[in-house]
Amino acid sequence: MATSTHPVAPPVAQHTGTARRRPRGRALTPYLFLILPLLLLLTFTYFPVVNMIFYSLTSWRGLGPVGEFVGADNYVEIATRPELFGVFTVSVYYIAASVVQILLALYFATILSFDTRFRNLFKGILFFPYLINGVAIGMVFLFFFQPGGTLDSVLSAAGLGSLSQQWLGDPDVVNYSLAGTSIWRYLGLNFVLFLGAIQSIPPHLYEAADIDGATKWEQFRHIVLPGIRPIVGLSFILAISGSLSVFEIPYIMTGGANGSETFVIQTVDMAFKYHKVGLASAMAVVLLLIILLVTWVQRRIVPDEKVDLT
Amino acid sequence: MSRTATALKYLSLIAASVVVLLPLLALVLGSLKTGPEYLESGPFDPPENWLHLGNYATAFTDGGMLRGFLNTTIILVISLTGTVLIGSMAAYAIDRFDFRGKKLVVALFLVATLVPAVTTQVATFQVVNNLGLFNTRWSAIALFLGTDIISIYIFQQFLRGVPRELDEAAAIEGAGPVRIYWRIILPLLKPAIATVVIIKGIAVYNEFYIPFLYMPSRELGVISTSLFRFKGPFGAHWEVISAGVILVIIPTLVIFLLLQRFIYNGFASGSVK
Repeated sequence: MATSTHPVAPPVAQHTGTARRRPRGRALTPYLFLILPLLLLLTFTYFPVVNMIFYSLTSWRGLGPVGEFVGADNYVEIATRPELFGVFTVSVYYIAASVVQILLALYFATILSFDTRFRNLFKGILFFPYLINGVAIGMVFLFFFQPGGTLDSVLSAAGLGSLSQQWLGDPDVVNYSLAGTSIWRYLGLNFVLFLGAIQSIPPHLYEAADIDGATKWEQFRHIVLPGIRPIVGLSFILAISGSLSVFEIPYIMTGGANGSETFVIQTVDMAFKYHKVGLASAMAVVLLLIILLVTWVQRRIVPDEKVDLT
Repeated sequence: MSRTATALKYLSLIAASVVVLLPLLALVLGSLKTGPEYLESGPFDPPENWLHLGNYATAFTDGGMLRGFLNTTIILVISLTGTVLIGSMAAYAIDRFDFRGKKLVVALFLVATLVPAVTTQVATFQVVNNLGLFNTRWSAIALFLGTDIISIYIFQQFLRGVPRELDEAAAIEGAGPVRIYWRIILPLLKPAIATVVIIKGIAVYNEFYIPFLYMPSRELGVISTSLFRFKGPFGAHWEVISAGVILVIIPTLVIFLLLQRFIYNGFASGSVK
C-alpha cells in the first residue's frame, strides 16, 4: 500500500507497570484465529504450487493415477518446440500497449489533478471501464470490431473508410486490436492509482514552484514524477506480469484464433482440452518463474523506499 | 496556462471520453433495435422505437441471465462474508499477538501475493476436484476465499492505526479474545470492510475464469459464463447479445454512481496490495 511502512507490530509498552497475567489459553489464541486463513492459503496456493512442480516432471494426463515420472522431458519439449514458446511474442504487443497505457494514465491523472472543469465527470468516464465485466468487454469489442461495425462506421464517417479491415480476422492486425481493447479496459486502474498518488503530494510544493516561475512541465518533471515514482514502478511490474499472463480478452474474443493465442490460453488448452497436464504444468512453472524473475529484476532496478509492497 | 494548452487539454479529455463511450453507445443503440432493423441499419442509426425492450426480455429469460444473477448473488454474499471474517481474523491475529512462527506466517502470506493465480490453475483444478467441489458453487466460493490475500493486508494496514488501548481496556474488563475481536475489532474495521467489500465484490461479480473452469454446468452459470454462452445460440443476434451486455453492465454502473468516492479510494489503497 502506498502509505508509509511500519516495522511489524512494535512491542506494546506495559504502561501500567503491573505484570499482566496471561490466561493459560491465550498462547493458543492467535493460532485459533489463523487456522482457517492458513488452511485456505496452504490448500489453494502452496499445495497447488508444489503439486504443479511435481506434475511438471510427469507425463500425467489429469485422469487416474499420476503418470510416469519423465524428469525434465516436459521442459525440454517446451524449449525445443518453438511454437510453445513462440506464443510469448504475442505478449510483446501487450507490453507495448502497457507502456502506452501507463503514459496516457500519467497524462490524464496529471491534468485531472489540477483545476479542470467537469473534473469528476472525466474521472468517472476514464475509470469506469475498469469496473466492467471482462466478458461484457469482450462482447463490446467483438461488436466494435465487426466488419461494418462501430469502428468501420466511425472510420468511414471520418473519410477513412479505406482503413477498414478484418480487425480480428487478420493475423497481422488482430493483436493490435486486442491490445487496444486491453488499454481501454485497464487504463482506468493506472489512472486512479496515479491520481491518488499525485493528490498525496503536498500542494505547497506547487505554490512554491509557481512563485519561482516554474512551467507546468517543470512542475511535472520535478514535483509530480518524483512524488509518484514508486507507484509508476509498481505499475510497470504489474503491467509486465499482466502482459505475460493475458487470458481473458483474447480467449473471449477470438478463442486464440488467427495468431492471438497467448501463453495462458495455450496452457489451459494443453491441460483441459488435450489433457496433457504434465506438459501444461511445466509451462505454468516456466511462466511463474518468468514472472518472479521480472518482479525481482524490477525491484532491483527501482528499489521503492516508500511503497510497501506487502 | 496558455489558451492553446487549455484547448488541447479539453480536446484530449473529450477525445478520451469519446473513445470510452462510443463502443458502449453503439451497443445501447443496437440493443434497442428489432432483429431485422438491426441487420438493415448502421451502428449509429437511432432505433425506430427507443423503448423497444424485447431484446432485454429475451436475454434475461432465454439467455439465462436471471439464473446468472441468482448464482452470482449467492456466490457473492457467501464469498464476501467469508472474506471479511477470514481476512479480519488473520489480520487480528497477526497485528495483536506475538506468537511462535509469526514471521513464517507473515512470510507465507507475503510470498503468496507473488504467485499469479492464473499460473497455478492447472494444479488447483486437481485440488478442487479431489475435494469434490468441481461443478458446485462451493468451488468458486472456496477459491475466492482461499486466494484473497489482499484483503488480509488491507485489514492489517488499517488495524495498525487502531489504538491497542481499546482492546486492552476490554481485556482488563475481562473480555476474551473472541469477544474482543467480535465486539471491538470488527466494528472498528468498518471502513476497511467497506473497501474490501467493494474491491472483492467487483472482482467476484466480474470473474470469468474460475466459474468457467470449475462450474461448467449450465445450471450454475454466473453472469460472466451466462453471457459468454450467448456466443452460441445468439451468435448472429447481436441485438440480443447487446441487451445481455448492457444488463450485466447496469448494476456495475449503478454501484459506481452511488459509491464513486469509496470506489476510487478503495482501488487506490487496495489494488496496490
